Amino acid sequence: MLDLSTGIAGVKLRNPTILSSGILGTSHELIKRVFENNAGAVTIKSIGPVPRDGNNNPSVIDFGHGLLNAVGLPCPGYKNMDIEFNELSKIKEPVIWSIYGSKIEDFVNITKYIIKYKPKIIEINISCPNKEKGMLFSQDKKSAAKVTRSVKQVAEKIIVIPKLSPNVANIAEIAYACEKAGADAINAINTVQGMVININAKKPVLYYKKGGMSGPAIKPIAVKCVYDIYENVKIPIIGTGGITNGRDAIEMIQAGASAVGIGSAVYYHGINVFKKIVREIEEWMKENKYTSIKELIGIAHG
Amino acid sequence: MVKLKNKIENLPKKLTIKQVVDENQKTKTFFFNEDIDIKPGQFIMLWLPSIDEKPFALSYKKPAAVTVELKGKFTKELFKLKQGDNLFYRGPFGNGFTASEKKTLVVAGGMGLAGVSLLVESLKDPRVIFGAKQKSDLFFTERFEMDICTDDGSIGYKGFATNKLKQLLKHEEYDIIYTCGPETMMKTVFELAEKYKIECEASLERFMRCGIGVCGSCACGNKLVCRDGPVFSSDNLREMNDFGIYAKLKNGKKTSLQEYYKWRS
Repeated sequence: MLDLSTGIAGVKLRNPTILSSGILGTSHELIKRVFENNAGAVTIKSIGPVPRDGNNNPSVIDFGHGLLNAVGLPCPGYKNMDIEFNELSKIKEPVIWSIYGSKIEDFVNITKYIIKYKPKIIEINISCPNKEKGMLFSQDKKSAAKVTRSVKQVAEKIIVIPKLSPNVANIAEIAYACEKAGADAINAINTVQGMVININAKKPVLYYKKGGMSGPAIKPIAVKCVYDIYENVKIPIIGTGGITNGRDAIEMIQAGASAVGIGSAVYYHGINVFKKIVREIEEWMKENKYTSIKELIGIAHG
Repeated sequence: MVKLKNKIENLPKKLTIKQVVDENQKTKTFFFNEDIDIKPGQFIMLWLPSIDEKPFALSYKKPAAVTVELKGKFTKELFKLKQGDNLFYRGPFGNGFTASEKKTLVVAGGMGLAGVSLLVESLKDPRVIFGAKQKSDLFFTERFEMDICTDDGSIGYKGFATNKLKQLLKHEEYDIIYTCGPETMMKTVFELAEKYKIECEASLERFMRCGIGVCGSCACGNKLVCRDGPVFSSDNLREMNDFGIYAKLKNGKKTSLQEYYKWRS
């Protein structure tokens, strides 16, 4: 009997696949559909302090080795989302509530507001490259720690997970600072900054010009970041970046992830990618005679 | 399904405008310099660099063309383009209509006719109902044989396309009804199709970003208009609670269709 269940700081996941923030998580109907397709957990599209339209198009493009996006955190604003929040609170499976802000106060206010909907897990998005000040808090350990501590103070028993940016010199040191500040887990990585220029248009393709890369192109970057973080923290890691199949997921878990974020793979394989990845993990475990996914966490170290 | 092995990127490709045809006072057809292999009902994303990128159905495919009504910022910029000017596209995206050899009926409202033009051409003897506000809004009247309806009765049947449809269904039988146009119209078409137990396919429109099924901007119920659609069958439409009622604004807020259309106009 194969045991694919894993945990994030005490919250049990039936399998290690987690829908990443910014992909499909715009409504409870879509989120339920992702769970029906066997995701272990689902992260909602980040909730921000005020209504925000995001960027014009093109905002997501396939550049051949992954996606480049600058959607720009569109959001109705947390005060206009009660109907949606209420629906989210009824979902039994683990929903991760992603939040963003331009100042610490924003993160704190949103956390205070959503507490009444009893979220089990809050992800603090301090690493979006597609908004002015979007990466402000993930650029150095002090800022990352400060926002983590501030959110954790009001979140209390709710699990708090900062999502970190790879666009830094030393991600492990930032993860360590977050752990010390009370983070219950770490999600790494957010997108890698990039740009694509159309040489006939003589212009960047994204309306926002620069964007965040995801998908297969960034997997080695993500694996390296997770590996480094694993050596520096004791809290669990959600490994995110370029996972499109079971082997990728196993690789990330061997690097030290307790669970894996899945985003761009939805583009390559559709919403049932979660079923596919879980099936492929199972096949690999059978072939290699592992019974529990937990045995694999971090085994590439040492 | 997109295969990773040997995959090529889906970046915008260049198109050159070959000819611009005035269809009516506010509608133009832009013919491009090449053919695009597209299924009726699929769409492309048209990119005007530094301005925006929007989804459009092709109204012709050999050579490819889009038929566009002057409406907002994007179409205002598009209307400035002349023969020889360049623009860019990604796609085709979406599922497209299901082909039928049987007795077919197409109900188009306003610019929805551009969305079903390739479909009408692909069908064998389809009956086409085309509804518009007034005579000056019509286009493709030479191209297709249609039952024309206008709200003000300035030409053809006076009243909504759905009223004409209601009359027609009383004494004629069809195997499938295809529809594209304002969603309130399509909702009524679908309800009539249900009443007469006729299969229906509707081409939906929502504010769209990625076009490739990841961003969730165009969600309608638990479906993605860009990738699960834009064409939805009766089985889907029955379960899509938002159909004919709600749509999302650019900031993701779910709002009534009336509010949504107010914002889009």
